[in-house]
Amino acid sequence: MNSPRSGLARRGFLLATATATAAALALTAGCAGDTGKNADAKNGAAAGSPQRGGTLRAAFPGGGAGETLDPHAANLFVDAARAKALYDKLADFGADLAPVPRLAERWEPNETLDTWKVTLRKAAFHDGRPVTAEDVLYSYRRIADPKGTFRAKASLEPIDLAAGRALDASTVEFKLKRPYAEFPNVLAAFGAYIVPKDTTSFDKPVGSGPFTFGSFTPGKSLVVKRNDAYWEGAPHLDQVEFVVATEESARVSALLGGQVQYAHELSPATARTHEGKGQVQVVRLPGSSMQGFVMKTDRPPFNDPRVRQAFFLIADRKELVDGALSGAGEVGNDLFGKGYQYYPAGLPQRTRDLDRARALLKEAGAENLKVTLDTAPAATGFVEAAGIFKEQAAKAGVTVEVKVGNKDTYWKDILDNGTFASYRSGSMPIESHISQRLLTGSTTNATKWKQKDFDDLYQQAQSTRDEKERAALYERMQRRLYDEGGFLIWGFADWIVATAPAVRGVDAKAPANTLDWARFDKLWLA
Amino acid sequence: MSPHLSWVGRRLLLGLGQTAAVVLFVFALTEALPGDAAVALAGDQPDPERIARIRAALDLDRPAAERFLDWVAGLLHGDLGTSLVSGRPVSGYLAGGLGPTVLLASATLLVLLPLSAGLGVLCARREGGPLDRTLSALTLAVHSVPEFALGVLLATVFGLWLGWLPPTAVGADALTDPAVLVLPVLVLISRPVCTISRLVRAVMIEAMASPYVAQARRYGIGGARVRWAHALPNALAPAAQQLARTCDWLLSGVIVVEALFVIPGLGTVLIDAVAARDVPVVQGMAVVFGVVTVMANLGADLVARRFAPRAEVIA
Repeated sequence: MNSPRSGLARRGFLLATATATAAALALTAGCAGDTGKNADAKNGAAAGSPQRGGTLRAAFPGGGAGETLDPHAANLFVDAARAKALYDKLADFGADLAPVPRLAERWEPNETLDTWKVTLRKAAFHDGRPVTAEDVLYSYRRIADPKGTFRAKASLEPIDLAAGRALDASTVEFKLKRPYAEFPNVLAAFGAYIVPKDTTSFDKPVGSGPFTFGSFTPGKSLVVKRNDAYWEGAPHLDQVEFVVATEESARVSALLGGQVQYAHELSPATARTHEGKGQVQVVRLPGSSMQGFVMKTDRPPFNDPRVRQAFFLIADRKELVDGALSGAGEVGNDLFGKGYQYYPAGLPQRTRDLDRARALLKEAGAENLKVTLDTAPAATGFVEAAGIFKEQAAKAGVTVEVKVGNKDTYWKDILDNGTFASYRSGSMPIESHISQRLLTGSTTNATKWKQKDFDDLYQQAQSTRDEKERAALYERMQRRLYDEGGFLIWGFADWIVATAPAVRGVDAKAPANTLDWARFDKLWLA
Repeated sequence: MSPHLSWVGRRLLLGLGQTAAVVLFVFALTEALPGDAAVALAGDQPDPERIARIRAALDLDRPAAERFLDWVAGLLHGDLGTSLVSGRPVSGYLAGGLGPTVLLASATLLVLLPLSAGLGVLCARREGGPLDRTLSALTLAVHSVPEFALGVLLATVFGLWLGWLPPTAVGADALTDPAVLVLPVLVLISRPVCTISRLVRAVMIEAMASPYVAQARRYGIGGARVRWAHALPNALAPAAQQLARTCDWLLSGVIVVEALFVIPGLGTVLIDAVAARDVPVVQGMAVVFGVVTVMANLGADLVARRFAPRAEVIA
């Protein structure tokens, strides 16, 4: 008795949803058209020198009532944006993911690259105390506490913190466990913020960032105020309020309705609907997120490099970007970090070649191959991309069975299990990608790429002082991955933020989580 | 003890048992979910060592039964435990989420009850007329629209297109700015108003045709008084029970509406807690939702007894 009724109810649901959505789109499109011209004109007239004052409200997807302002516990984009407003790191990443000095004025290694001297700039915490070498050591030791579970702990692993010391108030000497040419990447690591010595409570956080603490309600709002004494110059805005709106439709509505002036993380479809209509400004941050599949290189069928090469040739990257990312991105070349420092841009772009793929599979004795592709709605476009790849593979005679898993536990589920899975990564330096995911001892080695010669190349690069020679070593590692690695990287998604027309100063080139992303101290209201 | 009191006592005991069952069930279900708080916290950095450390730090390496008994012992002392994610007390989560949700629920009931009773009586009076038919068609149509779609539509039309109402409650305080509640309440009443008004209509028609109404008319009692004082109470008994039954539905509606309009209430807290596998918070929520549902049903049964005592044979 129940099933026919629920069947009908579902049909009603689908129909109503479709109608409502279509109506909503039509309505918003209509209303945007009315005001489009005026807003454009306003834009042109007011773009000029920064103006002081005003409050900006920024909407982010959030972490709910469990949120904390402990910058070392940062996990989400909103955590990173809030931490950036209140705190500083020693360094941060530029648009090409090379480290840029922040609280550290400069850094210099010794001859063997295993001791680094970091000199701090003159900066002060919000309560007036200067930022000293002791604060830096305290912060890093807190993150690296053996009993602690902070995310940046893995990045700080190369440092022997017990041996680190303050040479004077503004100089820290870091002893490393091994030579590490890319050590400044550690100073810029996600969550490696500097807090005042002996801080244990973050109810009323004191940092050295561009804004001071106002008020905080977990899962709802954080208000921060201009820090006039900021070392890099005071922000233009008087105040920023971070509000949490986890539904994308709510963030868009709030932006369109004037309740917020900055909305983080919009879908490509939403962006297209509102782009160029004058009601909102859409900013696409390129290269923010890599999209791909992982093949486990230690088990059949992917333990045969020919099968991996065949899969590289099966993917029609343009179709994947257009279908799974609604065109908001660019095609990948099976290597991480397009546009970043050390990326080998000279390698030929891989394109689909079904004949060659079939031949390779035949050579490997893997005709009529069947693989299970693990995916989950853990990131935008995952399930869609899996469906598209399934069809592309069928054309090469490979049967892909898509298995949709649980999004909350997805990353752990695919780390050691399965053979083929959807994958995504935010921005990080190519060095971090390699050390975290591609070395024999890497903690999140999802492709199970464990190659002694590759590890050696990496260690060699880290003990090479000359940057040119190092770049050559990185290129060798990446060529190796391009030829027979386990990452099938088909695209790079844009990260989409939108602002009210009056907001100025949003950097359109900074990938998410780099220095100029979510830099509210650089924004102003026209 | 009077028979009435013992009936209430029995209902309360039953309710207590139901709540306990709900809590046990929720604990078992959360345990059965793949992954735990450590896995959810690790996110896309599922370093096995880090997960093990988090697990140890959160006491998740202890057996489930032990953790459950600890929690029950705490509950008996009025201690709901602490969140696995933030380490803050669960009672704080409940207190924080309760305000907006209670405000939303009271506003909804305040509009829902008179509106559905009034619509039902109106339709019953004009049975078969154009007004009755229009309202019937309308309620059926509205009832078939899912809350999510209706919410998006209303926010677009009244919030963005016409600009009459705030499209979300982002960053606003519902107490100082009650306008932000209008659209959420509209979405929340959309379905119950349909079911309850149709129910009231049906029972009213039946009651108006009953011998005792005819008798009341023969005594010369006025039409309005017959309708509101004699016939309507008959309809209120099943309506109250229907309302109690929609309580669980309203709770899930609250979840959708809170997400859609960014109201940081209990629904939002629950969703986040489930996603983070924050078991103590989920358990605390289960207790609250269980108690609310039991109390609502108890209240409905009491109302039904008051308005139509004959219904007791059913209870």
